[in-house]
Amino acid sequence: MMKKSILKNLLLAALVIALAVVPLMTLKHAEFGGADGQAEEAITELQPSYEPWFAPFWEPPGGEVESLLFALQAALGAGVLGYGLGFLRASREPSGEAQV
Amino acid sequence: MNNLKFRFVAVPSMVAGMILFGGGEAWAMHIMEGFLPPSWSLFWTAVSLPFFVLGFRSMRKIVADNPRMKLLLAMVGAFAFVLSSLKIPSVTGSCSHPTGVGLGAIMFGPSVMSVLGAIVLLFQALLLAHGGLTTLGANLFSMGIAGPFVSYGIYKLADGMKAPRSMAVFLGAALGDLVTYVVTSLQLAAAFPSTTGGFAAAMFKFLGIFAVTQVPLAVSEGILTVMVYNTIRSYAGETMFSSATLSGEVK
Repeated sequence: MMKKSILKNLLLAALVIALAVVPLMTLKHAEFGGADGQAEEAITELQPSYEPWFAPFWEPPGGEVESLLFALQAALGAGVLGYGLGFLRASREPSGEAQV
Repeated sequence: MNNLKFRFVAVPSMVAGMILFGGGEAWAMHIMEGFLPPSWSLFWTAVSLPFFVLGFRSMRKIVADNPRMKLLLAMVGAFAFVLSSLKIPSVTGSCSHPTGVGLGAIMFGPSVMSVLGAIVLLFQALLLAHGGLTTLGANLFSMGIAGPFVSYGIYKLADGMKAPRSMAVFLGAALGDLVTYVVTSLQLAAAFPSTTGGFAAAMFKFLGIFAVTQVPLAVSEGILTVMVYNTIRSYAGETMFSSATLSGEVK
């Protein structure tokens, strides 16, 4: 029972990884920038006279700080999720299934 | 309902929200600060507000009925943070990321995600220059309302048609992800119609940027949501889980 679901999850994870890796392998010269930068360009094309009327108060200074925040985001989210799963599993009423 | 209880949900989300990554290149789903004319900013804020209030009430009710749900609510919030931190390369040669709002919508009903989504968006706007305060209403509508409602609707529909549960969750999450970006395109096209081709031409342009990039990511989001959903379901135990799912809650 447990074994089967682990195998299934591994297969699914492999599929997600493949979906991300295939574009990297096939599009050798792409920059893989973000899509909202392109949206900004599109707005400028559609309405060249448009001026943003509000600016962010603060921006992360530089790419390194950005990637720090980014890694922390992933770590925190995963931490809460992992804590929750562990908590649920430990507090589950013992069913017929052996506790692994 | 006291704020203390709510805080258990909000705090993990907020802490994660504070630390959402910065930089301007991967948040395809957010309309950037100042890039929506004031009239549209107001319009989308007005549209989103009632959903937010509903979501807040729904969340309070969930926690009041069963305090143990705080943990599950925090977990679906955390899932959204993890997924939105995954910048995934796509077939168009650019990157975007999933939304992660489908899981919570499927488990708790869609309105809850308007609150969790708002927390995410607010902190991103304030601390990370992502999205923005002036575009908060519009971004909340696409990511925290339209996406989750579609996720929930598709899930219920597929489930009602006796589709396997994993399939129903997959379809719900994947299509909700796609719809988020379609709505973003729609919002931008409505605000910036093309001088030559009008709304349709602009819509086509934005869809080309957002939706195509998003297709493989929507599939990834669907798969990841299935994995986490099944894991939570098996660990939480059926009694807790079935009380989490507010089957009747379409408001």
